[in-house]
Amino acid sequence: MAVKDRIPLPEQSPELRRKNFDEVAIGYTLELAQEEAKRCLQCKVPTCISGCPVGIDIPRFIKELVNENLEKSFRILKSYNYLPSICGRVCPQENQCEGSCLLNKLGKPVNIGALERFVADWAAANNVEENKEETERNNKISASLVNNKSNKIAIIGTGPSGLTAASELGKIGFTVHMYEALHEPGGVLVYGIPEFRLPKDVVKREISGLAKLNVEIHKNAPIGYAITVEEILENYDAIFIGVGAGTPKFMGVPGSEFNGVYSANEFLTRINLMRAYKFPEYDTPIRIGNRVVVIGGGNTAMDAARSALRLGAQVTIVYRRTEAEMPARRAEIHHAKEEGIEFQFLTNPVRYIGDERGNLIGVECIRMELGEPDESGRRRPIPVKDSNFVIQADTLVEAIGTEANRFLLSQFPDLKTNKYGYIVTNEYGQTSIPKVFAGGDIVTGSATVILAMGAGKKAAEGIVKYLENA
Amino acid sequence: MYSNKIISRKRLAKSTYEFWIENDMVSTHAKPGQFVVLRVSEKGERIPLTIAETKDTSFRIVVKAIGKSTYDLCTRSVGDVLADVVGPLGKPSEIKQYGNVLIIGGGVGIAAILPIAKALKSAGNDVTVIIGARTIDELILKDEFSFADKLVMVTDDGSSGYKGTVIDAMKEQVKIQKYDIAWAVGPAIMMKLASNVANEINLPIWVSLNSIMIDGTGMCGGCRTLVKTQEGEEIKYVCVDGPEFDGRYVDWDSFMKRLEQYREQEKLALENFIKQVGDLSWL
Repeated sequence: MAVKDRIPLPEQSPELRRKNFDEVAIGYTLELAQEEAKRCLQCKVPTCISGCPVGIDIPRFIKELVNENLEKSFRILKSYNYLPSICGRVCPQENQCEGSCLLNKLGKPVNIGALERFVADWAAANNVEENKEETERNNKISASLVNNKSNKIAIIGTGPSGLTAASELGKIGFTVHMYEALHEPGGVLVYGIPEFRLPKDVVKREISGLAKLNVEIHKNAPIGYAITVEEILENYDAIFIGVGAGTPKFMGVPGSEFNGVYSANEFLTRINLMRAYKFPEYDTPIRIGNRVVVIGGGNTAMDAARSALRLGAQVTIVYRRTEAEMPARRAEIHHAKEEGIEFQFLTNPVRYIGDERGNLIGVECIRMELGEPDESGRRRPIPVKDSNFVIQADTLVEAIGTEANRFLLSQFPDLKTNKYGYIVTNEYGQTSIPKVFAGGDIVTGSATVILAMGAGKKAAEGIVKYLENA
Repeated sequence: MYSNKIISRKRLAKSTYEFWIENDMVSTHAKPGQFVVLRVSEKGERIPLTIAETKDTSFRIVVKAIGKSTYDLCTRSVGDVLADVVGPLGKPSEIKQYGNVLIIGGGVGIAAILPIAKALKSAGNDVTVIIGARTIDELILKDEFSFADKLVMVTDDGSSGYKGTVIDAMKEQVKIQKYDIAWAVGPAIMMKLASNVANEINLPIWVSLNSIMIDGTGMCGGCRTLVKTQEGEEIKYVCVDGPEFDGRYVDWDSFMKRLEQYREQEKLALENFIKQVGDLSWL
């Protein structure tokens, strides 16, 4: 059977976009979206749904799009996923729904992410709201089954897992209070992911929908400090913790204290949350200079590198393995290359070089070669003797991952954690304290937005079960 | 009640102001040594400031106008609402009965030591307080330390009490009396020198580091500083591991260089601000 070619998502040209922070992808028109939607085979036994951590009925929303019934399409989508405009943009669909699409055997999979994004953006532009009955029909937790809706639930952290848990519990009719330590809700969606991949207006719009569900968001409210753990335990019938894995790791390279050396978290937070790319209109500054080196091979490294590029720097990504082992999404690597970012594979920093004022001026690197596979299954990088060389740099960003943030957990000693400091839970997110649930990166370690959302959804189910039996 | 409204404002010295801000999350939870992070306006940066006192639903801070954000804050009036206030943050000071305690405050650091000194006095310590500034006019809050067992006031020009620096006074004081522990809060150079003096006599000394911060919750690592350990040096986050550290082990050289990180941008931001609002030398 002949399959039509997948319709690529229109985007800004690399020459244009490397000079601005506007979204790279421009999005489908209705015509393009429908043409792409028609490629869906409408499988009798769909394989895509099981690839989705929140189980969206993908063929159904696509079918309604083909039939030009966009309102219905949106309501199906929204009934499974409260943040479709966000997920359509940042989910790694290639490993999830699109990865399990049957069309992979014949050619390229349906561009499900782009369709999700199109339908959700269309609904926002046309003020279409979700339909509660549709939501209830598709939900594992049926509101009508819950007897006591007067329960109060606290959600700590307003990132993807917390937002999802809040939406699920809010829909049922519980009183939900969310607590955010920063001055804007959204967690990694606002401080981590850059504007050019996920516009902050999109995040704001999807979060603002929660107000209709009886969900109150308290910003500037760090639990354990502004409100004690005891107060939270006493005032709420159930608690969900979704505080992420936000503490940056440093590699321990000598010279890490030099001015101009950043963790990716700080670099991206300055740019995204604090809008340092608009300095001095916004007060928060950032150091860029002419040459920026980014260490790491994940999506965060790509985000940092592409942000630095947009601020006018010449950017090099230094990664200790080869391109094949890079954990970043292929699309992100492709975008970075298109925009003119240089890659130094099989390279690792050994020393940062600073001037007498403590400002970074260069990075001494060493070449690596790949040896035997390590516990992750990837071949272990080994330094090549006497291969040291120096890259000039005014700014260096370490994007080598994060670890469990002890900020809340240090105030919560009774909560059981594993040896890495992540919270131990059962499959419904329930922790060692029965009324306390957790999900997202603070349970699994750094993962994706959609996995955190899946965990938030599962924990909401767990909380409902717990409250029913309590 | 976390309106973040300014309910009182008072000029303590040239470009130095005291504010009482309404926020009961802060006022009912703050302990000595903790700080808030605040944003004056929607486009503002997040700046950390030590909490000087709390009462009912509000808390007190003392601010010296140095950069754009602090100038902006100092020009605000009663009734104005700050964009954001978050806190209390950081580990509280370790208040217990030590015996003889020496507490040193320099400049606006005097406001930071006030709650620590009071709490240490209440815990049954014999408290010596040294406060210092350039001139008597800049010696803020000097009337609020009457609870101290001994109060030494120091000015560079001798306009009040002892003539010299707080470090000179400290050196003299430690010759007269044996201390079990010390606190020193003020400009980085003052804390460094006080730590050197303490190091010579093996006196543990808490200093409160005023690093550049963003979130204040351990998320960005911008406030990181090197602290010497037996194995070498360790990266510590001032916001969650501090803000107080034993000054004898702080790597002062790199700490002070990191404070200069945004000097050019800070200069530009202040120049722009003054262009916009006019002369501020009266502040």
